[in-house]
Amino acid sequence: MKHTLSVLLQNKPGALSRVTGLFSGRGFNIESLCVAETLDPRVSCMTLVTRGDDSIVEQITKQLHKLIDVIKVTDITEGEFVEREMVLIRVKAEANTRAEVLRVIDIFRGKVVDVSPTTYTVEITGPESKIKAVIDILRPIGIKEIVRTGTIAMARAPKN
Amino acid sequence: MSKITGSQAIIKCLQEEGVDTIFGFPGGAVIDLYDELLDSDIKHVLVRHEQGAVHAADGYARATGKVGVALLTSGPGATNGVTAIATAYMDSIPVVVFTGQVPRALIGNDAFQEVDIVGITRPCTKHNYLVSDPNELVATIREAFYLASSGRPGPVLIDLPKDVVASMMSFPERKPIKMKTYQPTVDPHPGQVEKACKACLKAKRPVLYIGGGVILSDANKELTELAEKLSVPVAMTLMGLGGFPGTNPLSLGMLGMHGSYASNMAVAKSDLLIAVGARFDDRVTGRLDAFAPHAEIIHIDIDPTSISKNVDVDIPIVADCKHALRAMNSWFDDSKEFAPKAMKEKHQPWLDQVRQWDEKHPLTYRDEGDIIKPQYVIEVLNKLTGGDAIITTEVGQNQMWAAQFYKFNEPRRLLTSGGLGTMGYGLPAAIGAKLAFPDKTVIDVAGDGSIQMNIQELATARQYNAPVKVAILNNGYLGMVRQWQELFYNKRYSATVMEITPDFVELAKAYGAVGLRATKKDEVEPVIQEALATDKLVIMDFAVSREEGVFPMVPAGKATTEMLLV
Repeated sequence: MKHTLSVLLQNKPGALSRVTGLFSGRGFNIESLCVAETLDPRVSCMTLVTRGDDSIVEQITKQLHKLIDVIKVTDITEGEFVEREMVLIRVKAEANTRAEVLRVIDIFRGKVVDVSPTTYTVEITGPESKIKAVIDILRPIGIKEIVRTGTIAMARAPKN
Repeated sequence: MSKITGSQAIIKCLQEEGVDTIFGFPGGAVIDLYDELLDSDIKHVLVRHEQGAVHAADGYARATGKVGVALLTSGPGATNGVTAIATAYMDSIPVVVFTGQVPRALIGNDAFQEVDIVGITRPCTKHNYLVSDPNELVATIREAFYLASSGRPGPVLIDLPKDVVASMMSFPERKPIKMKTYQPTVDPHPGQVEKACKACLKAKRPVLYIGGGVILSDANKELTELAEKLSVPVAMTLMGLGGFPGTNPLSLGMLGMHGSYASNMAVAKSDLLIAVGARFDDRVTGRLDAFAPHAEIIHIDIDPTSISKNVDVDIPIVADCKHALRAMNSWFDDSKEFAPKAMKEKHQPWLDQVRQWDEKHPLTYRDEGDIIKPQYVIEVLNKLTGGDAIITTEVGQNQMWAAQFYKFNEPRRLLTSGGLGTMGYGLPAAIGAKLAFPDKTVIDVAGDGSIQMNIQELATARQYNAPVKVAILNNGYLGMVRQWQELFYNKRYSATVMEITPDFVELAKAYGAVGLRATKKDEVEPVIQEALATDKLVIMDFAVSREEGVFPMVPAGKATTEMLLV
């Protein structure tokens, strides 16, 4: 099962490689990983998407906790959460397809951020399922290049 | 505040930590620190290979319970230490390793003797540091000692760029260390303790399965109290030997791949397994689904990642073993439902069953007249030292025979590379232990293969007057691998025949040590007597039966009840 972990860690040289080294060394997989500093520049927040049964994810969580640079690990998949990913897609946009590309982008509330005589580069944000949907629709038109950020996620705020 | 050099600050930190001996090997990147060492009262032991330095620091740490310290230079000095660092890591031994590094401006330039040792040792240290700011040096060293020795202990490496060590800095006052990202759980959760104790009250066939954690947390007294209070037999891992007296009637000896028949049967038939400071290693469990299949499992460990890693645990207790055992002992003392005598009576059929297993297949070997059996050598060592020597081992058959036939009644008497299985560990570790306890007999039980992996440390032993005794069980083979080849590879002895080995008696002489040899059984006792009588460094070369095997043996991947017996 897919789990999204939110990891707070010290913003120190080598801290990221301790995390990635842990995954490679222990044979855990990483589907995506996003990291940047928080409001406190000494602390980074990492969103890490991994797959595994409950016991593996429990082991991953505990092993992450054990790293000295790690402050907090939350499996946000356990509760309600919002997730977003951004993708840049360079898609073929020639006379006969430009209008259709724009229509698709509009449906997905994306925008064109770069234009060339034969391509549009579009930016789309959303949960992973939406990213997948837009890729599936643009693929027949002709995707030339694609770059994804990987997922970032946040637990939903308590409602009361 | 007056400023001091980085070298002076490091020495002051070592003194603060109560370090009296360090093991190392100099080089360009640490020459400033070595210069400062000359003026300090810290004893520096010059090894002959950096692996020896870290093993010696590790042996010192295992024997004393204090943090062992090694000092290596940059590049090859540091990489030579890696095997020994990994050895300490796998067995959770508190060691602080200082490595020199090229000056900060050269880092990343492929400078002479530069290597990214922090990168290399990241997966085999508890934590490591590159000190890039002189003002962080003192705090880093203090934190390193705290990390190495607290929680689940382990090696910590500090990489010291040469210009950081040479720079001037203030020496801040020492304060208690508080780290928000590192707070090991020392005290057990009372609810979990109660659950565990209640499970003990219900059990009919309980077994204690104890590991190195009992020794690391100095919990042997509390463990012994619990075992005797509840009349529960005790199986020990290799790392746990000495955590419970080996001659106590409740002792089952070692369990696992080369464990006793009784211990493996007891675990397999138990209805309650109380694991204390052990980590369900594959050499202990054998085939996982057949390990303690009928047992409810209690697991006491300070490291949450050890719990339910390999085997699902019913009642986890995350705590220091000593604290958890103390809490269990006092729960029973306060409990109205518990009476030691009634408990003993209830467990008597189980204890009888365990004794029957032991009588049916005790640890033994076949005597063959004049031929020296390696197990016999260990038995004589045990007899003549009264079971009270510090025994280090190399790795392989020598290690298993030492574990099986020497009766460890006290903790910190067996120093052996359990997790990593590092050949070449025994001699330098023996030197570390002997320097810590000059009045104790320290014996390295070795094979003719492993001893050659760090034999250069004989010179260190001579130079620093560490007269350890090396007992080589010489069979002319890399015996453990040969045994596997005999049993599972149709006796195809690929690369396990040591066609050339040095004449160890002459080699001893070359190092200024005493060399003794026994080739017949009746020579064993006189040789050991002579070795123990002299205060010199001794190598004993025992020409043992060449194709002797270690039994019982659970073939890899089999259930621990499927033992090959003598």
